[in-house]
Amino acid sequence: MKLKPARMLSEVLTHLFKKPATSGYPFEKARVTARFRGRIDFDSGKCIGCQMCVRVCPSKAIEIPLSEEQFAAPPVQQGQPAVPAKKQFDCIMKLGSCVYCWQCAETCPKHALITTQDFELAQIDPSKLVRHYK
Amino acid sequence: MSKITIPLGPQHPALKEPENFMLVLEGEQIENATINLGYNHRGMEKAAEERTFIQNMYLLERVCGICSHSHTTCYVTNVEEAAKAEVPERALAIRVLVGELERVHSHLLWLGVAAYEIGFETLFMYTWRDREQVLDCLELLSGNRVHYSINTIGGVRRDITPEQKNEVLKRINFLEERTKYYIKVATEEPTVRARAANVGKLPYEVALERGAVGPTARASGVKRDVRKDAPYLLYDKLDFNLITHDSCDVFGRVVVRALELMESYKLIKQVLNYLPEGPLTVKVPPRIAPAEVVNLYEAPRGEDIHYLKTNGTDKPERLKVRAPTLANLQSVTYMLEGGWLADVPLVIAAIDPCMSCTDRAMVYDRKTDKTQVYDWEDLRRLGIEAYKRKGVDFSKF
Repeated sequence: MKLKPARMLSEVLTHLFKKPATSGYPFEKARVTARFRGRIDFDSGKCIGCQMCVRVCPSKAIEIPLSEEQFAAPPVQQGQPAVPAKKQFDCIMKLGSCVYCWQCAETCPKHALITTQDFELAQIDPSKLVRHYK
Repeated sequence: MSKITIPLGPQHPALKEPENFMLVLEGEQIENATINLGYNHRGMEKAAEERTFIQNMYLLERVCGICSHSHTTCYVTNVEEAAKAEVPERALAIRVLVGELERVHSHLLWLGVAAYEIGFETLFMYTWRDREQVLDCLELLSGNRVHYSINTIGGVRRDITPEQKNEVLKRINFLEERTKYYIKVATEEPTVRARAANVGKLPYEVALERGAVGPTARASGVKRDVRKDAPYLLYDKLDFNLITHDSCDVFGRVVVRALELMESYKLIKQVLNYLPEGPLTVKVPPRIAPAEVVNLYEAPRGEDIHYLKTNGTDKPERLKVRAPTLANLQSVTYMLEGGWLADVPLVIAAIDPCMSCTDRAMVYDRKTDKTQVYDWEDLRRLGIEAYKRKGVDFSKF
């Protein structure tokens, strides 16, 4: 095979007149695609407390405890059996453990876990990484 | 001249991952090389036994950052085979597509690493800049640059829309042009040739004898590629060439990987134009009847083997991973022996090592001549005790 010295010289010279390939983050906002997997949000009104997300999570990052405040049971209608109140659930999400696979959101039968595109989640105080959604 | 033994690693500027090579030197020449594994053992196989099949998907994705799709595809094929599930063809096509994009990203990364070890930093910067294009493709399709998580048991999680197809094709065409240029640079530039030719020689017979896999074997003229030998997914329907080179040195490994990039572009275009209509997943029950399965996968570094034993529960009884680097490490000692000390980083980098994927440990008691297997709780307890002796207390966590 024929050897050609300084094969890259012309390429290097043309790069003198090109814009940098890197972006100016954090001064310039970073773009993510529509399918990017970010932080998981929680909608307490939809959650039925089935714990499917807790069981499926590969990094044990979710807990679904009962809320401290519960709704009172609806008043008993005459001639009808008493209806129990709908239970309220909280969500404790450990962002430090989460691997952002979105398996919980896909498993949730009521779509109570909401997917977002948030990715700027770094914290100096580790306790702030545990989010308590009510 | 007196012989001197020097350790290379586990912490060494030339190695990106912790691994130890004991080199016996006579002057500048290496007389003998031994590899010591086990500095980065993570106990993943044991951890997999404690998790359900779906949780293991995300654990095994983290065996290796660069071949994350290879490991999950191999594992998920095992699970589907054990559960006797028929995966839809569209899902298989998407798996091939992501697998080939992953190969492109891995080979471009390696080309940069090799250029860096050669001392050709311009080529390193250019290949890594262009690699962003393929990483963007992967983020566009799967939602993440590295851990794609596109596989699920019974199919794939994300579909491909026509807009995405056009976007991927646009980027692949750009990369194809760039790769043609890099092939010219790698083969015609005298600096690359002077540094890489006749370094780390691995003759055909030795490559066969030591069981080299992937591009390392193909650069020694061994026609070995799982995609051709035992086609999985859709590879038997696709048209591509098996690239070999007979120079048996680091230069051959550069050429094989660069030419394989062109084959991967060809495969990506074929799959994007093929994409059969149909569902993305089939339902697989969470509990899987007792079965034993083995599957092979051609990862960017070579043949990846997964073994799975199920026992009727929702967790595997045994999972075994044989990463390609473990097979290639046998050849590294041969390549190093007789070579020069200055060539060591280049020769090690030439097999595209992924030490963390490879690391494994077994407990062998020399006094009683017994091997012992620890379970998850034992390993955790031993770990906490070992750190306590060093003055760190993890028992509270």
